Amino acid sequence: MNQTAAFHRRIDEALRNDQLRQNFRSALSGIQSRREAQFPDDAQLQALREQSRQVRANALIKQPELLEQLEEKLLANGIRVHWAETPEQANATIHGLLKAAHARLVVKGKSMVSEETGLNHYLEQRGIEVVESDLGEFIIQLAGEAPSHIVAPAIHKNRREVAELLHKHYPEIPYTEDIDQLTQSARQILREKFAQADAGISGVNFMVAETGTLCLVENEGNGRLSTTTPRLHIAITGIEKVVEKLSDVPPLLEILTKSATGQAITTYFNMISRPRQPDELDGPEAVHLVLLDNGRSRIRVDEELLDTLRCIRCGSCINYCPVYVQLGGHAYGTVYPGPIGIALEPQRIGLDQVGSLTSACTLCGACGQVCPVEIPLPRLINRLRAEAVDARRTTSSLIGRGSLRKPNEAGLWKLWRLLYSHPRLYRLFSFAATRLRRLTPRRLGGWTDYRSAPMPARQSLRELAREEGFPHA
Amino acid sequence: MPKPASVYYFGTCLVDLLYPKAGLAGMQLIRREGIEVIYPDGQTCCGQPAFNAGYRDEALGVARSLLTCFPRDIPLVVPSGSCGGMIRQHWPELFAGQPEESRVRALAGRTYELTEFLVDVLRISLNDLGEPMKVAIHTSCSARREMGVADRIESLIAQLDKVEVVTQERREECCGFGGSFAVKQADLSGAMVRDKTDALHATGAARVISQDCGCLMNIGGALEKQESSLETQHIAEFLLERSS
Repeated sequence: MNQTAAFHRRIDEALRNDQLRQNFRSALSGIQSRREAQFPDDAQLQALREQSRQVRANALIKQPELLEQLEEKLLANGIRVHWAETPEQANATIHGLLKAAHARLVVKGKSMVSEETGLNHYLEQRGIEVVESDLGEFIIQLAGEAPSHIVAPAIHKNRREVAELLHKHYPEIPYTEDIDQLTQSARQILREKFAQADAGISGVNFMVAETGTLCLVENEGNGRLSTTTPRLHIAITGIEKVVEKLSDVPPLLEILTKSATGQAITTYFNMISRPRQPDELDGPEAVHLVLLDNGRSRIRVDEELLDTLRCIRCGSCINYCPVYVQLGGHAYGTVYPGPIGIALEPQRIGLDQVGSLTSACTLCGACGQVCPVEIPLPRLINRLRAEAVDARRTTSSLIGRGSLRKPNEAGLWKLWRLLYSHPRLYRLFSFAATRLRRLTPRRLGGWTDYRSAPMPARQSLRELAREEGFPHA
Repeated sequence: MPKPASVYYFGTCLVDLLYPKAGLAGMQLIRREGIEVIYPDGQTCCGQPAFNAGYRDEALGVARSLLTCFPRDIPLVVPSGSCGGMIRQHWPELFAGQPEESRVRALAGRTYELTEFLVDVLRISLNDLGEPMKVAIHTSCSARREMGVADRIESLIAQLDKVEVVTQERREECCGFGGSFAVKQADLSGAMVRDKTDALHATGAARVISQDCGCLMNIGGALEKQESSLETQHIAEFLLERSS
């Protein structure tokens, strides 16, 4: 099945699931109102967005130097840095580190980059037990699913579904749908894992080049436990997460937590700068950072597409997307769903693989309006559509340019151009369309499954304007 | 800007064939304020359908033809947020590096969406002659986010003292039209317009008013299919019908 047909099949499946759509509608409405409550003053919000955009844009421009500086500082702090160009390299590096440390049980904090590499599967195949310790990630790990949202991975599950899932995997725990009790049960299960784990793996939100600091934003304390309790901590993230200075972090942190979950600040904010020192009582003996490229360097060289890399993964664009709320994340079939997924995934993976994602967008602009770092998402999506159907126009480094061009569709647009760029021809057409209006087809593909067919008026506006005596030149 | 003596009017392709009365009403509202409204004969389409579908060469060809219709240095008024947004926001991008680029930038700077022109330039004042009525306003995403003129339609309707505006849930959410989106993603678009019409029904409004015929074709077509009594109307027709 080609990518477009496969995408449509996933969309059909999602649209048939009313429960799923209700779960999303209610969850996203909640997140939207919490976010809006954090930004009562629009002028302040716009100033913070602009400041955050500048911080990220500046870091991307200086990225090569900043990464060098970061590595130097991290090494000086005692944190080892590993570079991975591909997901396979990242996975192999992490597996090598775990093997050398004889690690058999790993606890993980939330990391979307590890989803990019398929890390859990890779390690499990090699005999290492991996336990997701973020509550949402824990739930979908039990369900054997991928995250359907980058911040709230189990957003598609309601309370009853979570209760049933926990009961299925832990029948000894009495069945309950009480959220506090469910959380307590998960907490107890995870506490044991933290105590036993040989290693912890986490993501990173920001890396500070100036100081060699890894910042980790979280709410449940699982990030702190994953990075401090086991004797080995491995962080994995994308190379674009580097920022220049420590003073760059406060604006980004503020706009991240407010945008992502509508919190003024998260419960935990970790700044990791070194492994345990001889006089310290806790912390890991060794800390490693795996830096993944996976297409990012290729994206960075295009001066328009580069904006995609400003993303701080708050998920706001997803929360406000009128398409995502109908579909949920799984229908996209990629690691990153929603507007950022539509913009990023075809760049990362190729238009020939996932370019049809770009069709799932009305260009309504809601995503671009809320993006905390002002990524022009609709503009990027429009650009990708152009690249998907036309390989000639640009010399960009995108993979699969022109791969979605269909001769019949391209032919129709050529015909359309002929008609609409020749006013006399168009006049003939509009005369025929208005006079023969009764012949307009009553069924117009999928349009008339949900709406009546539009019918041309008796006379065109051009004719009416003339009759009413409006000058025409 | 001061009131101009004349303006160009770009009716848009959708209005020309499907909603000419809405287009004409916009022209009459402007003429009523003592301004000459020129409707250039050679106009067709702004190129937006092809531009949004990724066919930029085709969009450019059509946009280039339309550009020749507006040679004089007078404002261009468009009774549609999305076509106005196309000319104001996307034409400069589409024409980048082309010989017409500077002309296009100048035109973009004097292009107005109709409600924006009525409020900001004409400072139109309306006297309500109609019967009491409840309406809901659907602002198109392009008028709201691309052109930033969502409040103009609201302030115009607020001048009509017998009209009560009721607000639908998720007022700012897209109706699911999106041009070729409604064809390429028909089921998804159908689900979105269903949510929109449900929210509009819940308000108890008698009529839905919008400044974009794309949204009206989508929402109105869905309401008709649902055999709803809720009517849809373009803001220009609504204002002309009710006011003096």
